Amino acid sequence: MILLWMIVILMAGGVLAGIVATWSTVWCRIIALTSVILDTLLIGWIWAGQEVSLQPGATWIAEVNLPWIPSFGISFHLALDGLSLLMLALTFFLGIFAVLLSWNEIQYRTGFFHFNLLWVLAGIAGVFVTLDLFLLYFFWEVMLIPMYFLIGIWGHANRQYAAYKFFIFTQASGLLMLLAILGLYFVHGNQTSVYTFEYSDLLNTPMSADLARWLMLGFLAAFLVKLPVVPFHTWLPDAHSEAPTAGSFILAGLMLKTGAYGLIRFALPLFPGPAVEFAPWGMLLGTVGIVYGAVQAFSQTDLKRLVAYTSVSHMGFVMLGVFAFTEIALQGVVMQMITHAISTGALFVLAGALYERMHTRDILQMGGFWKRTPFMATVSLVFVMASLGLPGLGNFIAEFLTLLGAWPASPVLTAIATAGLVAATAYSLRIMQKIFLGKDSHTHVLPDLSLREKLILVPLAVVIIMLGLFPQRVIDTARATVEISDKQQNTTPVPVRGMLSEKGGNHE
Amino acid sequence: MNKVDLLSLIPLWILSSAAILNFFSISIRRNHKVIFIITLVSLLVDFIFLTSYSIRHQQSVEPLLVIDGFGIFNIGLIVLTTLMVVMMSYAYFEQREERKEEYYILIILAALGSAILVISKHFASLFLGLEILSVSLYALIAYLRKRERSDEAGIKYLILAAFSSAFLLFGMALLYAATGTMSFQGLADWLAAHREVSPLVWCGFGMLTVGVGFKLGVVPFHMWTPDVYEGAPAPVTAFIATVSKGGMIALLVRFFTTVQGHQLTLLVTVFTVLAVASMFVGNFLALRQSNVKRLLAYSSISHVGYLLVAFLAGGDLGTQAITFYLVAYFITTLGAFGIIATLSDKERDAELIEDYRGLLWRRPLTAIVFSAMLLSLAGIPLTAGFIGKFYVIAAGVRTSHWLLVFALVINSVIGLYYYIRVIAVMFDQRENVRTSEELHPLVYIISSFTMALLGLMLIWLGVHPEEMLTLIRNTL
Repeated sequence: MILLWMIVILMAGGVLAGIVATWSTVWCRIIALTSVILDTLLIGWIWAGQEVSLQPGATWIAEVNLPWIPSFGISFHLALDGLSLLMLALTFFLGIFAVLLSWNEIQYRTGFFHFNLLWVLAGIAGVFVTLDLFLLYFFWEVMLIPMYFLIGIWGHANRQYAAYKFFIFTQASGLLMLLAILGLYFVHGNQTSVYTFEYSDLLNTPMSADLARWLMLGFLAAFLVKLPVVPFHTWLPDAHSEAPTAGSFILAGLMLKTGAYGLIRFALPLFPGPAVEFAPWGMLLGTVGIVYGAVQAFSQTDLKRLVAYTSVSHMGFVMLGVFAFTEIALQGVVMQMITHAISTGALFVLAGALYERMHTRDILQMGGFWKRTPFMATVSLVFVMASLGLPGLGNFIAEFLTLLGAWPASPVLTAIATAGLVAATAYSLRIMQKIFLGKDSHTHVLPDLSLREKLILVPLAVVIIMLGLFPQRVIDTARATVEISDKQQNTTPVPVRGMLSEKGGNHE
Repeated sequence: MNKVDLLSLIPLWILSSAAILNFFSISIRRNHKVIFIITLVSLLVDFIFLTSYSIRHQQSVEPLLVIDGFGIFNIGLIVLTTLMVVMMSYAYFEQREERKEEYYILIILAALGSAILVISKHFASLFLGLEILSVSLYALIAYLRKRERSDEAGIKYLILAAFSSAFLLFGMALLYAATGTMSFQGLADWLAAHREVSPLVWCGFGMLTVGVGFKLGVVPFHMWTPDVYEGAPAPVTAFIATVSKGGMIALLVRFFTTVQGHQLTLLVTVFTVLAVASMFVGNFLALRQSNVKRLLAYSSISHVGYLLVAFLAGGDLGTQAITFYLVAYFITTLGAFGIIATLSDKERDAELIEDYRGLLWRRPLTAIVFSAMLLSLAGIPLTAGFIGKFYVIAAGVRTSHWLLVFALVINSVIGLYYYIRVIAVMFDQRENVRTSEELHPLVYIISSFTMALLGLMLIWLGVHPEEMLTLIRNTL
């Protein structure tokens, strides 16, 4: 039941915050903050108390299964395992900062803003724990509409365009997923005469290879657009750069992760055979994304756009790792999801902070801020270094594990991806150089970070360093899930595997 | 017609007597409130009486009518919808100076016609029901005589509806000439016995399709829809969009399942083309509208296209999907036009998108209900429209009608664009205050109550559709 409560707290908190804002915006913010903190405490409590059941082969840490629409075989089935636990912890943890971020920035229609913010979080949290495919689509949509409003109402100048683009891309791909879900539902129903959307029942549904391929493409459509993978990424730079800071923060930190999570949890286990066939293409797309994103990032002058393209590049690693089908690579992907959320999220916070002070996002108009804002510069340095993958910071672990795991699957692509890291260094250093170094020829009043901003950025910096130095805890937590899905891939008798790797994919 | 037959038609008697009662009441003394209450009570009584029927009820009134679960469900839907329309009409017509009382007679008669449609199993009763409905609608559309566009819409509808009725009659005549029967079952038997279908019969079916297509407003017979939607008073538009179209669809379902039309490949192809064309044309034309009523008119064209997907999928699942979709669509459309009606002032209806700018900040509850209705039309979760669309897609996927299903998906995305556009306008910051006239508070209470009720039903069906699903499944 605790899972249900977490989502209900967010939704109810959103409604309450929306209503209270009529009288007091401060209380509205406090209510929103309280509900995310409450959820963070709940998930922390679960994490602290569940050492044992994270071992492989254990059942779910927490589960709730209520009938919802029995005539269709739809149930309200939520369950938590190691991976979901990490993702939920990330969601609520970042949720706190999203509320704090908007404390001064959002003065307009505060109640409705917080309503949307909390509902986005609820939808994302729902996606991370659902085990019913209908419910997956449901939550997939629930996170969409509030996000549309966040961009469309509180965004920057070109917000309407960005909001439409975001909405139509994700909605169209989501509908394709709905088709695939229904296809799977009827295939399974026709064969077993049990019509259900239950994830565990739909696993191992026997079907023709052709059909499986089509259905997998439906799922991939939704997840690859959300991730995003390169030909489908065009919504992302617009959405990220036009959204308010909290919106970009959630988009980059959490919403992209639902795509990665969907791949690991749904697309691969449901269609193991076609997934293996698709793997070389998946890895190729990932590599293209890494390089393309990095090159694009290097050529941007709009700070938020720049950071958005680094996301494209970083999510390329996720594609590469997921389709390498090795445990190490998957561990790397999980790490990447968490560390990217924190480092990129933080970069958006910095971009927002600069925008608040200068009212521009153009890095050509900045320069030499180190002297005036030493604290901001130092914190930025931490996250920029994290983004380029400096050892000692979380992103290094993530990228290293991914590359290590991807090597046996495809040495060539891994080599190219590694070259992408060089490009990452180039664009990351460019950020530092253009903003904080160089000649200061500005007359802006440029205060250093306020207490509230420090309160946001310092914990994020601490976490990213902790993840770099002590990643074992995260790896242990995700292990059970990663091993299961890795095993599923490797037990599938598909000859094509040999093509991927000479040594076989398993590295213990 | 024996006594049992007469008794089983009580729902129709109640409607007819309510119309007559209103008639006499007007001749004694014109009083809006009294007429309103008579209408309300009789519709309510009718509905309560309908709920007393067993869901497995099966009673034929030879040779014209059949009263079964499907028919009862649809009459119930029609009566309830009419009730809602009447409730939102009171405030709307109270603002206006025209004579308001006859409106209620006409709307009851229109409901009666639609109710006959959904239980008819013979061309004669079909035509009878259709004409009662249409003739009432001519008058209803042009009811606000002082408005030029209202007149224009009425005349337009009159001419085109008369044309389409002629087509329908001609089609029936051709079928009768070829097969010698006018009952649906007789036609089915004839088709089963004759493998080769003669051109005469195809002609007949073709003419019928034209007539039906006009009533449903599918492309290419959709030209009247935007003008009539725009010109008619908002409650009447709501009525046309729901009761009139819904009754026709229910009839079409009954006709098709009886004559097993799914085996007539030519007919299925024609309807597939109509469905795909309706979806695309409706949605594309809606994209550029700046008039909410016209926008909803084009959207209704595409929604009929969606319904046809489930219709072509056929089978039990298809029929269930249609029925559920109708329920969801009725609630949504009533809500949307109801909001338009409540926002309208004396001179004109609130139909321009600009009228809605910043509505959220002026009248938050109204705007939220309207947004919910639009999201339901777009098929977004937590609303009844989502479950409806889900059901329709499920029916299509089940029977592997991939072309139709993909057309539906593409159109959902297109549709989303213009629904969202209206919502975005409502959430926009600029405020231009338009004050409407002061009315008796009771008037507002009735309208607000209706809107709140529809909003709650919309969410309830979206979150907890199980009971409605079970009910629908049992009626078939």
